[in-house]
Amino acid sequence: MWVYEKKLLYPVEVKECNPKLARYIAEQYGGADGELAAALRYMNQRYTVPDKVIGVLNDIATEEFSHLEMLATMIYKLTKDATPEQLEEAGLGAHYVNHGHALFYENAGGVPFTTTYIQAKGDPIADLYEDIAAEEKARATYQWIIDISDDAWINDSLKFLRERENVHSLRFREAVEVLKDERDRKKIF
Amino acid sequence: MDYTFTGSYEPYISPWDPCPPVKVKTFSLPPQLFMNFQPASLPQFSPAEALQHGSLWPALVDGYSKREGIS
Repeated sequence: MWVYEKKLLYPVEVKECNPKLARYIAEQYGGADGELAAALRYMNQRYTVPDKVIGVLNDIATEEFSHLEMLATMIYKLTKDATPEQLEEAGLGAHYVNHGHALFYENAGGVPFTTTYIQAKGDPIADLYEDIAAEEKARATYQWIIDISDDAWINDSLKFLRERENVHSLRFREAVEVLKDERDRKKIF
Repeated sequence: MDYTFTGSYEPYISPWDPCPPVKVKTFSLPPQLFMNFQPASLPQFSPAEALQHGSLWPALVDGYSKREGIS
């Protein structure tokens, strides 16, 4: 069960209409290494990892949903009152035809989200290493969005989200170390 | 070395669990986790043994088998 607080994890200030930037941010919204993929991946893997690291997956999955909400706010506001012509010019013509002004879980190229982006292998080490890789890929994605964006206010929020990826990566690496400490001794008969 | 290449934990078991509980769950902790850089001059298998095991170095072989309880 979750308790909802009706506020964002970190402020999101959108000062100008910029559907093209919204399209780029979609990569972290519904892309392969985005926040939705991360949240769903950890939320699902948590059932079949050793008890000692369930909490890490649960906490990080929850935080990823709060990141998803920040990105949704950015995308919504960047496109809110854009005309169909503006959306088309930003490469969102096909999006407008299919979804109007609604948000959708798709990547920057308009490819809809798919669970084939994520895995649950049922092997704790394999799953945690995937999670570490996912955090580093998300960090890189934020870098490229910040590089291509000239919106200082959006970039401030994106820099916050990028830093969280660093923290999560370390938390997962710590989880691996915790499991390594659970190593069984050889039985001597 | 007196360690295996497995870890194990005792999961929470509810009195209402529908299936008979597995009291200890085992998982792989393969050798590469404990060797960030492979040390030089490790003992080597003979070529025939290496072919069978998939590695020239016994230190990298964890002898995985279903018998160890991981499946």
